[in-house]
Amino acid sequence: MRPVVAGRWAVISLPYLWLLLFFLVPFVIVFKISLSDIRLGMPPYQPMLQWVEAQMVSIQINLGNYAFLFEDPLYRNAYLHSLSTAAVSTFLCLLIGYPMAYGIARTDKSWRNLLLMLVMLPFWTSFLLRVYAWIGILKNNGLINNLLMGMGLIDQPIVMLQTDFAVYIGIVYSYLPFMVLPLYATLEKQDITLLEAAADLGCHPVRAFLAITLPLSMPGVVAGSLLVFIPAVGEFVIPALLGGPDTLMIGKVLWNEFFQNRDWPVASAVAIAMLLLLVVPIMLFQLAQGRQAGGHP
Amino acid sequence: MKNPGLKGLAVMVAVTLGVAGCGKKDDAAGAGGPEDPVLNVYNWSDYISDNAIGDFETATGIQVTYDTYDSNEILETKLLAGNTGYDIVVPSASPFLARQIKAGVYMPLDKSKLPNLANMDPDIMARVTPQDPDNTYAVPYLWGTTGIGYNPEKVKEVLGTDTIDSWATIFEPENAAKLAKCGLVMLDAPSEVFSSALIYLGRYPSNESEEALNAVQDLLLKVKPHVRYFDSSRYIEDLATGEICVALGWSGDVFQARDRGAEAESPVTIAYSIPKEGALMWFDMLAIPADAKHPDNAHQFINYLMKPEVIAPITNYVVYANANAASFDLIDEETRNDPNVYPTPEIKAKLFGLVTESDEYARLSNRAWTTVKTGQ
Repeated sequence: MRPVVAGRWAVISLPYLWLLLFFLVPFVIVFKISLSDIRLGMPPYQPMLQWVEAQMVSIQINLGNYAFLFEDPLYRNAYLHSLSTAAVSTFLCLLIGYPMAYGIARTDKSWRNLLLMLVMLPFWTSFLLRVYAWIGILKNNGLINNLLMGMGLIDQPIVMLQTDFAVYIGIVYSYLPFMVLPLYATLEKQDITLLEAAADLGCHPVRAFLAITLPLSMPGVVAGSLLVFIPAVGEFVIPALLGGPDTLMIGKVLWNEFFQNRDWPVASAVAIAMLLLLVVPIMLFQLAQGRQAGGHP
Repeated sequence: MKNPGLKGLAVMVAVTLGVAGCGKKDDAAGAGGPEDPVLNVYNWSDYISDNAIGDFETATGIQVTYDTYDSNEILETKLLAGNTGYDIVVPSASPFLARQIKAGVYMPLDKSKLPNLANMDPDIMARVTPQDPDNTYAVPYLWGTTGIGYNPEKVKEVLGTDTIDSWATIFEPENAAKLAKCGLVMLDAPSEVFSSALIYLGRYPSNESEEALNAVQDLLLKVKPHVRYFDSSRYIEDLATGEICVALGWSGDVFQARDRGAEAESPVTIAYSIPKEGALMWFDMLAIPADAKHPDNAHQFINYLMKPEVIAPITNYVVYANANAASFDLIDEETRNDPNVYPTPEIKAKLFGLVTESDEYARLSNRAWTTVKTGQ
């Protein structure tokens, strides 16, 4: 038995070691910077530990950066706007992605792989290029406006680029596959005989969907929503390229602190606050899910 | 860190032996000591002629890696983090170079390796000494002004006139509202936009007055709803294609848009104006980070860029004035006689240097900029 146990430990500890190295260590570094003070130098923050004498170390901890986040409503508003943008985008992804995943899962097996392939095909080009392509489509003398003006439907171009509308398009377009794939995975595994039984017993298809398909696909809905929501909150590229000057998202605020104010400590505090804001609700959610499933005695 | 040092030493010995063995070598190679024939340059986008780098490589055998950025902030953040790997960077003199010198980012130039300093314009060299005393750390590369680039045809449609000669055209809300129809944009550079607005209000330099900052913030908040975007590189292309009609931008960028627009299938005309109230004048400086791995090659490169026959074609191409007095006669006549590129003494009298701000004021100013852009 002994070698088996050792092997199991090795298999389990490897991913944890990986996480420790590439998540925890950078996190600790960022956390440390968030507790220091800005200075003019390289790097542009005060070291936290300083040798005062041979055996004396002075530790300087500055909590002012976190207090600062509460003083200025800019940060709160940016967080809230990021959360609401991400929530709306996630909802739109779900609205579009669910029928897509359902359709793919219910088509003939020979077609499924092709359709799945089409969902994943955009990943073959760079994310950045695909966002740039949207600039070409949405701008004033871009594809849509030229088409509409050519058909004589409008005579002034509709301003779509540099608006929140463009940001939603960008996020929904970019993250849709992350919604479709987990939904497909759960829908594809569902037992169709359940629906047949419901139909035999005189259940209306809509009711059968609401009572059987939807609840059974909830794990896919949750997984897809988290996969879209979490990266969308911290999204920087899409609002920077497609958004207008007043598209206030936390990624942009962080960029400003870091690049424009050279204030690495405040930038780090913003990052840590964002992480807590995301991780804590997700952990609570997981905990609730675990209880509901009755996993714990 | 010890090993590369030792390796460097070994190579140096070999080179010394080589020189002793074959007697003399020409002095271009003499400047390049024990370094690998490599140079990493980090410069502004659209800021050099096509063949300048290739010619340098051919002449010296040094392989150049050339990267670009479009904002001083990005450069500064990389420099402050250290270990950029770059040997040449091109920050603006104020406030960036001045601040970075204080932070210990640069190494002092070895002027014995820069004989072409004799070609430089003493007036420009003197103008950058407030930021770089005695020209210790940097050499001016190109300079320009921050003014208004516009599309006369489209502006005439909305304003009824095809010449812009005052900041009032973009800083007065009723004008900006009309320009919004054809597209008004501004640089995403707080100190330059605020300073331009202060010049319009006749309050520049404001000596870091918070009251003046509030005044320009209020002014810009009224204009902001009519500004399509704030960006420091996209407007070149957008002016050239007619996507926008007015930009608060950098002189040479507008001239590049003018040239691209003229070459386009359906040509677009672009003009540039230094407003009558005055405008900012700025200098971009060649400097060598203190942790550069190839400082000798970097000195060679700076010296190369100070050759009149090298810098004149660059000015012709990017349409920014250089600081090289000896190159003046080699520059295309239309560029050299264009008062928007090489201002006449009367215009020059109205050009202001950008004041280097204190850290506290810079933070206030950046915060005000966020307020202007987002309304928060």
